Amino acid sequence: MSTATVNPGSASTWDRVRSFTPPPRYYPILATLALFIGLFGLGGMRYEGFSDPQVLLSLLIDNAFLIVLGVGMTFVILTGGIDLSVGSVVALSTMIAAKTLQMGWSPYASITAVLLTGTVLGLLMGLLIHYFDIQPFIATLAGLFLARGLTYLISVESISISDDTFTQLAFKTVYIGEYYIRWTAIIALATVAIAAFVLARTRFGRTVYAIGGSESSAMLMGLRVAFTKVGVYVISGFCAALAGLLFSLYILSGNSLHAIGMELDAIAAVVIGGTLLTGGRGYVVGSLLGVMVLGIIKTLISFDGTLSSYWIRIITGLLLLAFVVVQRFATRRRS
Amino acid sequence: MSESSSRAARLLRHPLLWPVLALVVLLLVNVVVNPNFLNVRMQDGHLYGNVIDIMRNSAPVMLVALGMTLVIATRGIDLSVGAIAAIAAAVACTRIIGAGDEAALTTAVMAMTYAVVVCVALGAWNGFLVSVLGIQPIIATLILMVAGRGISMAITDGQITTVNNPFFSDLASGFVLTLPLAFLIAIAVLAFTAVLTRRTALGMLIESVGINPEASRLAGVRSRTIIWTVYAFSGFCAGLAGLVIAANTNSVNANSLGLWIELDAILAVVIGGTSLAGGRFSLMGTFIGALFIATLARTIPNIGIPSDLNYLFKAVVVIAVCLVQSPKARASLRVRRTGPPTSGPAPTPAPAPAPAKAGISS
Repeated sequence: MSTATVNPGSASTWDRVRSFTPPPRYYPILATLALFIGLFGLGGMRYEGFSDPQVLLSLLIDNAFLIVLGVGMTFVILTGGIDLSVGSVVALSTMIAAKTLQMGWSPYASITAVLLTGTVLGLLMGLLIHYFDIQPFIATLAGLFLARGLTYLISVESISISDDTFTQLAFKTVYIGEYYIRWTAIIALATVAIAAFVLARTRFGRTVYAIGGSESSAMLMGLRVAFTKVGVYVISGFCAALAGLLFSLYILSGNSLHAIGMELDAIAAVVIGGTLLTGGRGYVVGSLLGVMVLGIIKTLISFDGTLSSYWIRIITGLLLLAFVVVQRFATRRRS
Repeated sequence: MSESSSRAARLLRHPLLWPVLALVVLLLVNVVVNPNFLNVRMQDGHLYGNVIDIMRNSAPVMLVALGMTLVIATRGIDLSVGAIAAIAAAVACTRIIGAGDEAALTTAVMAMTYAVVVCVALGAWNGFLVSVLGIQPIIATLILMVAGRGISMAITDGQITTVNNPFFSDLASGFVLTLPLAFLIAIAVLAFTAVLTRRTALGMLIESVGINPEASRLAGVRSRTIIWTVYAFSGFCAGLAGLVIAANTNSVNANSLGLWIELDAILAVVIGGTSLAGGRFSLMGTFIGALFIATLARTIPNIGIPSDLNYLFKAVVVIAVCLVQSPKARASLRVRRTGPPTSGPAPTPAPAPAPAKAGISS
């Protein structure tokens, strides 16, 4: 009642706060953020110990690899493409790391080999997609088969990682007050920060958005479409390899059965994070939030204890459905 | 002389030439390694041999690929088929276990009917998302791909369910007229689809929807109904495939049943010469594509390579097929022609693709 009587001539601070509306382009991210806070609040109310900040930090630690995958996938989806190969590249990365360490390579050489392999695979897929006009879906499908096949070629058996540098890195914790975080989570957050900067502030990043909006327009504007389009797949390949490294630190073994279907989780996280699957609209921070939403659902289910793990998949599917349908109606209204 | 040369030219241009040649080459490789590869012998009243095994093993992929062919012809894609297959198997197995007489014929028939009806409904759900809500097919079917395995596990309660019903296991291991029943089912669905699409106008309508949904709607084609129908059909085929796979092991493992069958099916469709851009399809091509994949799976252990390396060879096949079909790769093999004059001061690196891109993306 009191707000209605405020004189329009002298807008108070409260008035400005009250009438503040965020730009529409942030709506999807805010929706995801609200969902995350809602889920966290729900967990905090229902389960003892859920509202501990350490739960949030553990979410980051447990999903570090997925965050990095989501970053790479965001780049690809922003151009209107898709990368199905990331799950297999993660498996290949764990296998290369485990095998090279077993052969006695230095951990740094091993890390370099993993990152190089992922990047080269991404480069090859990008070249196929851009220069031979093969649909991203099919080209990365070939990448999926190739990476999984190479993993089996290296070893059919699981290889465990016992290298000192790797295990130290895996368990090394950084304390923030009385709470701790692992290095893997810090690497993941750094990746998000770098990616957000690249997308928002560099010529490359703006070209990514331009290609997603309309590739032919970007071409006619004289943007470097070829370089950028191949570049996003290189980034996705690199991110998948980095995620593979983080995953091998998390699980300390290389196995050809690792990360089956992880590409679906990454795509789901990106979509839940508000990135438009047709390209051109979305933020990496959204993907980070998307991963966190998926992670907190997992945590909720494990705290609950009575729900089986397969509910994660069903709930993920429902969230995906909700976001896709809402996206669809939002874009339809605008066009 | 000229007539025979024109016939040869027509044969060379035949769309099925390359898939058939690839299949023949693969079979030749097998025969060279193992001269007895093609031998078929009669035992216990039905045929035995590698060729028969290939026929039997090709059935699930063939079934899924038939549905996928029609979906792809409408410029769509169905990623959910693996998950739908898992749901079909889960539904059928839990129904069989829950029935009063586990080994009865009626139990098997009822359970399978129930499973197939569920799958048609799931396919129709995909069709609803694509045709009514207008969501891109790849995303619309991704939803069920993600959720489907969870649903399948919810049905089986996360357990590997084993069933004991001779009629159900006949679906995979039974023989009719000396041939595997699974293969005959796939052939029956192929024949049914072929008659329905090629003897009526339905095939042409599906292709017209694939070429331009809006234009075909304006021309009086009920594109929405057609899209809806092809996704329901794809669900139906995926359900049958799931039943065959489950019957093969008499059990259902919701996590692994039909894993990556959608990718194999898409591969079979692409090998068969159906364009992923929609607008034309070849059921015979899909048939040969599915046989090719089953033969490849058989070839790899036959020539002494661990069968886990299957994926590597599939990757090579995907890339090779795509390059053969890609107009750009073909053009780069021929003499380069000068591109059409482009509007606007586009910088020199490859301005020619711009109009082509605009045509594809719009």
